[in-house]
Amino acid sequence: MDTEISLVVDGTPHAVVVDTRTTLLDALRERLGVTSPKKGCDHGQCGTCTVLLDGRRHLTCLSLAVAQDGAEVVTAAGLADGGLHPVQQSMLEHDGYQCGYCTPGQVCSMVGMLDEAAQGHPSHVTDDLTADVELDDAEVRERMSGNLCRCGAYPGILAAARQAARG
Amino acid sequence: MRALDYRRAGSAEEAVELVATHPGARFLAGGSNLVDHLKLGITAPGLLVDVSRLPLDTVEHLDGDHGSVLRIGANVRNSDLAAHPVVRSRFPVVARATLAGASGQIRNQATTAGNLLQRTRCVYFQDVTTPCNKRDPGSGCSAIGGYGRYNAILGASDQCVTTHPSDLAVGLAAVDATVVVLGAEGERRIPFEDLHRLPGDRPEADTTLAPSDLVTAVELPMGPEVERSTYTKVRDRASYAFALVSVAATLRLKDDRVDRVRIAWGGVAHKPWRARRAEEALTGGPLDEQAVRAAVDEELAAATTDDETAFKVAMVRNTTTMTLLGLAGEAAR
Ligand SMILES: Cc1cc2nc3c(=O)[nH]c(=O)nc-3n(C[C@H](O)[C@H](O)[C@H](O)COP(=O)(O)OP(=O)(O)OC[C@H]3O[C@@H](n4cnc5c(N)ncnc54)[C@H](O)[C@@H]3O)c2cc1C
Ligand code: SF4
Ligand code: FES
Ligand code: FES
Repeated sequence: MDTEISLVVDGTPHAVVVDTRTTLLDALRERLGVTSPKKGCDHGQCGTCTVLLDGRRHLTCLSLAVAQDGAEVVTAAGLADGGLHPVQQSMLEHDGYQCGYCTPGQVCSMVGMLDEAAQGHPSHVTDDLTADVELDDAEVRERMSGNLCRCGAYPGILAAARQAARG
Repeated sequence: MRALDYRRAGSAEEAVELVATHPGARFLAGGSNLVDHLKLGITAPGLLVDVSRLPLDTVEHLDGDHGSVLRIGANVRNSDLAAHPVVRSRFPVVARATLAGASGQIRNQATTAGNLLQRTRCVYFQDVTTPCNKRDPGSGCSAIGGYGRYNAILGASDQCVTTHPSDLAVGLAAVDATVVVLGAEGERRIPFEDLHRLPGDRPEADTTLAPSDLVTAVELPMGPEVERSTYTKVRDRASYAFALVSVAATLRLKDDRVDRVRIAWGGVAHKPWRARRAEEALTGGPLDEQAVRAAVDEELAAATTDDETAFKVAMVRNTTTMTLLGLAGEAAR
C-alpha cells in the first residue's frame, strides 16, 4: 500500500510516497538520498542507523516510514550548522573513529544521550535513581552501549563524550 | 516482507474495531519488535493498525474506584517511564527493570504495552528455516536438545521451552500491577500475573489476550506504606543483552522480620515467574542468607534442568539472595 508522507530532514521538508513496508532508514537513504544514517544490522542491534527523531535519539531501521509522517529528522550531517557541532568536534579531536561507518550513529546517539543526562534521566548503572546525573566513564559506556563499533574506537568515543559532556 | 495495509487509529475504540473486523490484523506501537518480525518473516499480517499516536502516553497518580494507583498509559515510552519521578522514588524496581532492557535508542521507541507483548527471543523462533511450535504450531520444537542457554527451568512443556524476554514485565510482576484492556466487549482489568501464560500445548499463545484486545494502561497500587524494591539482571555482557536470569523484589520489614516480600524471576519461564512459595516461606521470619536460600530452594523444587540450563539454579539462588539482602541492608539504614 502506498502512502504519501512528509518528513523534515535536516531542516528541508520533503513529501515522499512510500510503501507500508519501507523503513524510515530506507526512505531516507534510498528515496531521499540522505546517506548519513548507515545501515549496519538492519535489526536494531548496532545503532549505526541512529538519528534524532523529534529531538530524541531513535533507530530508523525498526521504524516504518509511514508511521513517522510529519516527523522531524536530524542526521549527523545535519548537526553541522556552519561549523562542526561540539560533539563532532570532540570526536575529531579524540580520534573517535577509524573506518567511520558507525560514526554518524555514534554522533547522533551522543547528542541524544547528553540531552537525556541533562534532563536527569537515570541509567542502568546509576546508583541513586533520584540524584543528579554525573556522566562518569561507567555512565557514558552504559548510555552509549546501543552503538557498536566494529573497529573498536571506543576509547576515543568515550573521551569525546567526556569532553562534550563538560561542554 | 509481504505487502500489507496500514491504518492509523483515531481512537482506542476504532483500533479495537479495526483489528476485530480484519482477521490477522495487528496493532503497531513503537514497532521495535513487530517491524523486526515482519522483516524476518515471523509474522505476515494483512493490516497494521497504528496505535502509537493514541493519547495513552501519560503517567498519572489517580485516587479512584481501584484505590490509589499510578496509571501508566500503554504508549508511555520506556525511557519516559524510567525517568518519571514517582516511578523512580516509589517503584525503583520498575525503573530499574526498564533501564536494564535494550539500549537508550530502543527505550525511546519502545512502549509500555509493546514491551510487555514483545515475543520470545528464542533463536529458533527467529529463524524461519527451523521448526518452532510457537511460530508455526505443530512443527516441533528445535530448542529441545538444541541451543538451550536461554531456555526455561520452570513451567515449560514438551511443546516449548522458551522464556519471556521482557525485563519490565518481571518488574511489574513484583508490584502486583493490573493491566487495563479494551476489548470488543468493553474494558476489563487483568491481574498482571494472568496476562502471560505458560506454553502447555498452545505455545503460540503468549498471553491470555484476544488479538483485538488493546492494552490501554498498566496500574500500580500505591499503598500508604513505601517498600524497598530493586531489580537485578544477570547477562552475558554488562549491557545491551537479554537476561540469563533476573530478579525483581520488593521488601518491607517490621521489627527485623519480613512483613511483606514479593519476588519475581525473569529468564526462567515462559512468563515472569512470581515466586509465591518463596514469598510465603520468608514471610514472618528473619531475612538472612540461610532463610533466603531455603525459600528459593523450596520454589525451585519443581525446576527441571539439562546440561545447558543447570547453571540457572545456582544463578537464581545467588541473585535472589544478593538482591534481598541488599534490600534488607537498605531498610536497616
Ligand atoms: C537489539 C534489541 C535488544 C533488546 N533488548 C531488550 C532487553 O534486554 N530487555 C527487554 O525487555 N526488551 C529488549 N528489547 C525489546 C524491546 O524492549 C521491545 O522491542 C519493545 O519493548 C517493544 O515495544 P514497541 O512499542 O516497539 O512494540 P511493537 O513492536 O510495536 O509491538 C510489540 C507487540 O505488542 C503488540 N502491541 C503493541 N501495543 C499494544 C497495545 N497497546 N495493545 C495490544 N497489543 C499491543 C503489537 O501488536 C506487537 O505484537 C530489545 C530489542 C532489540 C531490538
Ligand atoms: S522453545 Fe518455543 S519458541 Fe523456541 S523453538 Fe521451541 S517452540 Fe519455538
Ligand atoms: S541498522 Fe539499525 S540498529 Fe543496526
Ligand atoms: S569506526 Fe569503524 S565501525 Fe566504528
